Amino acid sequence: MHVLQQPQDDGEPARDAAAAPSRMGRAFVITSGKGGVGKTTTAANLGTALARRGASVVLVDADVGLRNLDIVLGLESRVKYHVLDVLEERVSLDDALVPDKNSPTLRLLAAAQSREKDEVDTEKMRALVQSLRERFDYVIVDCPAGIEMGFRNAVAGADEAIVICTPEVSAVRDVDRVVGLLGNRFRPQLVINRMRPQLVKKGKMLSVDDVNAILRLPLLGVIADEPDVIVATNRGEPLALRDDSPTAAAYRAIAARIAGEDVPAPTVGNKASFFEKLGAMLGGRR
Amino acid sequence: MIELFNRLFGRRPSSATAKERLRLVLMSDHLSLAPEMIEAMKRDLVDVISKYVEVDRSKIEVSFEQQDAALAMLANIPILSVNRDAGDRAASRPSERPPAHGRPPSKRRRKKGSAGPAAGKPAAAT
Repeated sequence: MHVLQQPQDDGEPARDAAAAPSRMGRAFVITSGKGGVGKTTTAANLGTALARRGASVVLVDADVGLRNLDIVLGLESRVKYHVLDVLEERVSLDDALVPDKNSPTLRLLAAAQSREKDEVDTEKMRALVQSLRERFDYVIVDCPAGIEMGFRNAVAGADEAIVICTPEVSAVRDVDRVVGLLGNRFRPQLVINRMRPQLVKKGKMLSVDDVNAILRLPLLGVIADEPDVIVATNRGEPLALRDDSPTAAAYRAIAARIAGEDVPAPTVGNKASFFEKLGAMLGGRR
Repeated sequence: MIELFNRLFGRRPSSATAKERLRLVLMSDHLSLAPEMIEAMKRDLVDVISKYVEVDRSKIEVSFEQQDAALAMLANIPILSVNRDAGDRAASRPSERPPAHGRPPSKRRRKKGSAGPAAGKPAAAT
């Protein structure tokens, strides 16, 4: 089987995991149930942030039929083969892994664009993720929206889950459902995306505490709804690369938490946040 | 400005409305995802009621309904007859089962409507 081939010595980086085959990397699935909450953007940024820490990372786009992760990473022109080419043994894994243009230890395995989700063999997907874990420190699978076949395939090889939620009733409801489907095996952790602290302060948006009082998951991070996220996606350069953005810092904090560092809890998006109270006191009424 | 008006006239913030809607929708989701639990609850409920009245087990209907700020459980339990010895049993209950340790008897939950028309009477669920 191609996926189990030894990596070719082509002088590329991101081979540190291959050098020590006994150590297995961690496989995460990024999921949410609801679409449009920022799974792909989060996957791209977490992959970038983890790679910036020196880890070898592979991002797997499991959204077969609706390929997007390559766009967010700015790699759309470099994708030649996709995950189904590998699963169906038309090309080797090495040929299908696209090196990232910004982070030398990051690779992308793109989704097929002209195929359908139920064409993926769940067991083959599981084996693929398993073989990727032998070669990379982190395997991050970007799950499609929904809870059908595409979800089950994306989840198949993962052993940990990161669930993305926005502060909306519908998104929280869907995450609650997805977490119920995942069960205990994936130890799901929560990222709250598109948080708008100003709206929380005015009582116009669910706060981080409101959301997590219901979901009760370990909070991995909170990402504010900032224009620079959109700008970064427009350019195909993940925000996590930037040093001058608080949102990028939030992504890097999530990567640090994943790596096991003790990072202070996020302060964005809570009514009781000290900085927001201070901001309000200083006349930040907008 | 509109915000200020809303606050002055006591309109609740939309985040509070969202929170409330979320709480209710999740309760009802969780109930709909646990049909076995509802069946078990129905059985237990009927077992308790059957101590006092004879009910038609085949015609029991249990449903859940959103009522303003609460999710209510509606149980429709047709009563066939009243147990003659139900009164004696109720009288002998306190000696059979002493109140839970450290709890004053007045705080014990009372069962409502066991003699009245139980059909269609909503019982608030938490």
